[in-house]
Amino acid sequence: MDVVTDLISWIFLGLGIFLGLTGAFGLLRFPDFYTRVHAASISDTLCTACFIFGLAFQSGFNLVTAKLFIILILLWLTGPAASHALVRAAHTAGLKPITENSD
Amino acid sequence: MFATATIALLVIMCLALVRAFRGPKIFDRILAVNMFGTKTVLLIAVYGFLTGRPEFLDLGIFYALINFVGVIAALKFIERLEFYDEREER
Amino acid sequence: MELLVNISLLFMLSLTVIAVVRLKSLFAIVMLFGIYSLLSAMIFIALDAVDVAFTEAAVGAGISTVLMLATLVTTGRWEKKSSRSSFLPLLIVSITGAALVWGTLDMPEYGNPDNPAHHHVADRYIEQSPEEIGIPNMVTSVLASYRGFDTLGEVIVVFTALIGVLSLLQVRTPPSVAETPLRNENRKLSRPYPVLQVVALVMMPFIILFALYVQFHGDFGPGGGFQAGVIFAVAFILYTLTYGLDDALALTPVSVLKALAAGGVLIYGGTGVVSMLLGGNFLDYNVLSSNPVSGQHIGIIVIELGVGITVASVLICAFYAFMTRALPDQGQKG
Repeated sequence: MDVVTDLISWIFLGLGIFLGLTGAFGLLRFPDFYTRVHAASISDTLCTACFIFGLAFQSGFNLVTAKLFIILILLWLTGPAASHALVRAAHTAGLKPITENSD
Repeated sequence: MFATATIALLVIMCLALVRAFRGPKIFDRILAVNMFGTKTVLLIAVYGFLTGRPEFLDLGIFYALINFVGVIAALKFIERLEFYDEREER
Repeated sequence: MELLVNISLLFMLSLTVIAVVRLKSLFAIVMLFGIYSLLSAMIFIALDAVDVAFTEAAVGAGISTVLMLATLVTTGRWEKKSSRSSFLPLLIVSITGAALVWGTLDMPEYGNPDNPAHHHVADRYIEQSPEEIGIPNMVTSVLASYRGFDTLGEVIVVFTALIGVLSLLQVRTPPSVAETPLRNENRKLSRPYPVLQVVALVMMPFIILFALYVQFHGDFGPGGGFQAGVIFAVAFILYTLTYGLDDALALTPVSVLKALAAGGVLIYGGTGVVSMLLGGNFLDYNVLSSNPVSGQHIGIIVIELGVGITVASVLICAFYAFMTRALPDQGQKG
């Protein structure tokens, strides 16, 4: 039983680490703001979920898990909302995305 | 296992920090700060498990909240800056 | 492992500080200060000072970021170039720094558990507080009971800060009821961020619930009046940012906030007076009940409530004052 839960939380944490690093490299390497938002925000939600699930399998069914899931819901609510507002504010401020025609 | 996750989160935070330093636009910095905050919340959770005392998750909830409000405030005030220009933010 | 975490956190902290010094855009600097606070709060967690971490995140990353951004909107967002040479300031700073380092050589060895600082009163707090106060979180028992007088001073400082802010910046009076239909019509036409408004509305009750949890859970875990007050204020700051200042002012009128700010201080001071009337010293909670330990419990809960009320209303009110300057005609524009 312990081996199984350990394995499951390993898989979740590993996936979370992979997604987090992907997002961070995207944030660092992509050419303009809009692509960076794409990289950071899309990987962020799933990365958070993977980390939280991985930790929840370690802690079992108790108050700590409840708090972990509160954090998850909070981040799921705020993360996409913040990304949306960020892109919209950038667009309103006149920040142009790099397109095929622009040089 | 938690040690690996902690190191990975620290690396991710460092990368986000580099983006926050380099900019170039203010929005890139806000994006980096947002990501940094999210990863700090996760770091608190993982660090709690690493040291065997995962009771401090209240702080994680609070950080997620504060981070969101900070980002929203920054965006709201940028809207008011009618003199926003394309000048490089150095 | 913990050493590695500490070192990398401190490394990132120093990188952030260097970046802050080098940047010229004040807006970016404020954002980096947000990172700085999160990092230092994380270091406090690594050092086991959870209550301090709570406060640092609340004040540093939350409130001061918002207030500094509001100030930048009203002033300017670029650092002025200094024309003077920086040689003399550098010399003075180096000499002062060297003198301070030299002064530390006489201090007791750093981190030695036998240092006088760790034995002046700390021993008594650690050994006696379970019997004398009887609450698990020792930080709260020191803050609210042993050092109750200092904390009263802090609350009065917070209250005085509000008086200072309000005497410099005036909070706008919301538009009268007669204008309201037109305003609502305008707002429907240009709702700035509907997604954010929905998210804020969903989050508001939970933030307030969390604030109450932190307020009354402060005896058992990290938290207490100061932190709960900030969280409570954050709920209303979020509402103001998404729905506009006029709606927020209609929700929490400034006159009520002013009364609450003074009322919190009054609750705190009144507890002290009540304990004097019952025959004890000022802020001696032992006399509040027949049993000294339950008297301590009552006293701590009541004064933490006073702290929470004052901090929340002071922060909300100060934020409204800053917003009046930063977003002057938001009601008309949506």
